[in-house]
Amino acid sequence: MIRTEGLSKSFEGFWAVRDLTLEVHPGEILALLGPNGAGKTTTVRMLSAVLRPSRGRAWIGGYEVTQSPDEVRSLVGVLTEQHGLYTRMTALEYLTFFARLYDLPPEASARRIRHWLTFFGLWEFRHQRIGNYSKGMRQKLALSRALLHHPQALLLDEPTSAMDPESARRVRQAIASLRSEERAIILCTHNLVEAETLADRIAILDQGRLVALGTPEELKDQALGPPRFRVVLAEPRTDPPPLPPGFQVEEQQPTSLVVRPPRGEADNPRLLRALLHAGWPVTRLEEVPRTLEDAYLALMERLHGKTESLPQAA
Amino acid sequence: MEKPKAYLKPHSPGATLSPARWLSRTRAWWRPVLVILHRELLDQSRDWRIVTPIVGFTLFFPFLMNFVARRMVGFVERFGAEIVAERFFPFLLLVVGFFPLSISLVIALESFAGERERNTIEPLLIAPIQDAQLYLGKLLSVLVLPLLASFLGILSYIGVLMWRLDWKPEPMTLAAVVVLTVTQGVLMVSAAVLMSTQATSVRAANLLATLIIVPIALLLQAESMFLFWRQYHVLWYIVLALLLTTALIVRVGLAYFNREALLNREMDVINLGTLWRLYRRAVVGEARNLREWYARAVWPEVRRLALPSLSVLALLLAAMGIGYATVARELASIDPHLLPQSIRDPDTYLQNLQRWLHASVLGGAGRLPLALFLHNMRALFLAWLLGVMSFGVVGLLVIMLPFGILGGAMAYMQFLNLTTPTEFFLGFVLPHGVAEVPALVLFGASLLRLGARWITPSRQRSLGEVWITSLGIWTRIFLGAVLPLMLLAAFLEAYLAPRVALWFLTR
Repeated sequence: MIRTEGLSKSFEGFWAVRDLTLEVHPGEILALLGPNGAGKTTTVRMLSAVLRPSRGRAWIGGYEVTQSPDEVRSLVGVLTEQHGLYTRMTALEYLTFFARLYDLPPEASARRIRHWLTFFGLWEFRHQRIGNYSKGMRQKLALSRALLHHPQALLLDEPTSAMDPESARRVRQAIASLRSEERAIILCTHNLVEAETLADRIAILDQGRLVALGTPEELKDQALGPPRFRVVLAEPRTDPPPLPPGFQVEEQQPTSLVVRPPRGEADNPRLLRALLHAGWPVTRLEEVPRTLEDAYLALMERLHGKTESLPQAA
Repeated sequence: MEKPKAYLKPHSPGATLSPARWLSRTRAWWRPVLVILHRELLDQSRDWRIVTPIVGFTLFFPFLMNFVARRMVGFVERFGAEIVAERFFPFLLLVVGFFPLSISLVIALESFAGERERNTIEPLLIAPIQDAQLYLGKLLSVLVLPLLASFLGILSYIGVLMWRLDWKPEPMTLAAVVVLTVTQGVLMVSAAVLMSTQATSVRAANLLATLIIVPIALLLQAESMFLFWRQYHVLWYIVLALLLTTALIVRVGLAYFNREALLNREMDVINLGTLWRLYRRAVVGEARNLREWYARAVWPEVRRLALPSLSVLALLLAAMGIGYATVARELASIDPHLLPQSIRDPDTYLQNLQRWLHASVLGGAGRLPLALFLHNMRALFLAWLLGVMSFGVVGLLVIMLPFGILGGAMAYMQFLNLTTPTEFFLGFVLPHGVAEVPALVLFGASLLRLGARWITPSRQRSLGEVWITSLGIWTRIFLGAVLPLMLLAAFLEAYLAPRVALWFLTR
């Protein structure tokens, strides 16, 4: 549904996006991560046929973005970084305006406007001027605009920023339900928990380049290595643990130790057998949690060197 | 998967459509334009900063003008010059119509730049509408309210004049004023919307608006002059010129409308260094010395001007022909005795002419070539200035004017039996024209090309870049060909032309 091949964009010699090749299938969510200025917004703008690629190509639903920009724009729903709402209009007028621009029949337009405004809890405020809306309400209205024409591809830039937890959850539910409707979704976000929860795959951009692409688990493996396991003991042990060859002890406390098996989870039976055989009182074996945030930061550290620590408070 | 709607252009080349299908496609094409128009009008009608001055101008100005008119009538009646007051009314009508229109300039200047500043432009640019639809939607929306206010103002002012002063406008005068008001409004708005698409901020657009306000102010003065003279037919020519200019401006606006630039143009700083380098590169090209410059920059450009030069030459000759025909016709229709002695009697005229030519040749001293050169430069500067403001067209008219006068002089000399047209051409035009005519032809052609470059679409470069580069290329021709030829022409005109003319008159 969404495909790019060597997609690049330069602004007066500065490459905002370089050789980006990726594919997002129907029913898939791809989270686009990266620091500020990594090229996420530029990518979204190229995919929505607003910016013309300097090099490479991109397709939405089979339509090339430079050859068929109007068709591409009718297939994508875009939540822009800046919501760009007309503050002197009411929510109803605003959505009706965009429904007419997207050439929706009046009945379908009325039905969809009602559906999304109700879904986001804005229906009762539909006659209020947008200028009186809170930041979160504006965000939800902008999202309603992006979804109004039933787009096959969704490009969402920070969809839950400025939202209260309840609204953010609602939006995440909406995004998940859109995946089940076979839409292809690109989600640009700095919220790594959200990315981990929603995304099927993650792409990390840095200085315009794609530096990592894979499922959250693949990315964690890539950035943090194979999973580690904590062995919790019933009583303290200070002698070296009797581990099979290939196992590494990463941390040892009197009542626990952290071990990295060579083949990950599959090696756990061997680990347990060895410890129990040597009479170690194992009460629990658990995976040390690896978050996407850890993986992302590790990757960034690898790319840019160690990040500076915060100055100590006096 | 849902298929996207087909975005058909209303006039696909080679497509043969039935009238009904053509109408339906045309309506479909205009639909988004009307949607944008509707939204903009809704927005404007809710903005007190727009509504208040429009209402004020509409309601207040007719009465103010009526007050002025009554005072004026009272004043001129004391001197028995009621005719002055009557000539004044159409002018006030024009003023009443123009003031509400000035608001359109403010709205137009902020049409794109304002949306960009408020970040509302991106969702619009992402919508599946064509550039032309968005551009025209904005353009039309800016016009509607001010034009309505303008018409209301004119109507109420006429009502007040009829009621208080018992004055009724002649239908043709009224039509001229109304059409002029509309075309002026359309021209201002087109130019302002163009500036709004190219400006980085509303402030920058407002600063650029001087380029609209000054010519329109000059135009209003010219229009008022023709209204006082009662030369209403000239107003229609002005309408025609305004419509042509508007069409060209809209064409430029569409040609340079660039979604990418609208989103990404961030800097509001004039980089004089970059501008100078761009201009210099356009003037000098790759040349390293004067010889190379002539060979690589000037001569190829002169060759490129071959076709426009031929067109300009044809226009200059046509101007000469029109001048000749007009004066010959006038002279044939009037009683010669009505002409003053000094120009009616061939002998007196010849003596005067010879005296003047002698003075030119013998008393001209060394400063004459310089004076002639500077005079010609002033004329060329005026032509350039008007040409820049009108895509070359009005500048060309300035060059054509002296050729019209020459044609007239040719007819007059023939009327006095002093020279035949051929003799006049050989004796009075050719000696310095051998350098001046090619210079003027090249000047006119380069002006036309300058205008053509500005209206030619360029998706790769901004309008500013194209303007500067085109000016640079024009400078090549001016410095490399026009200026040397004009210098040569000034010397020929000072030292050779009067001698040849004297020889023709005295042989």
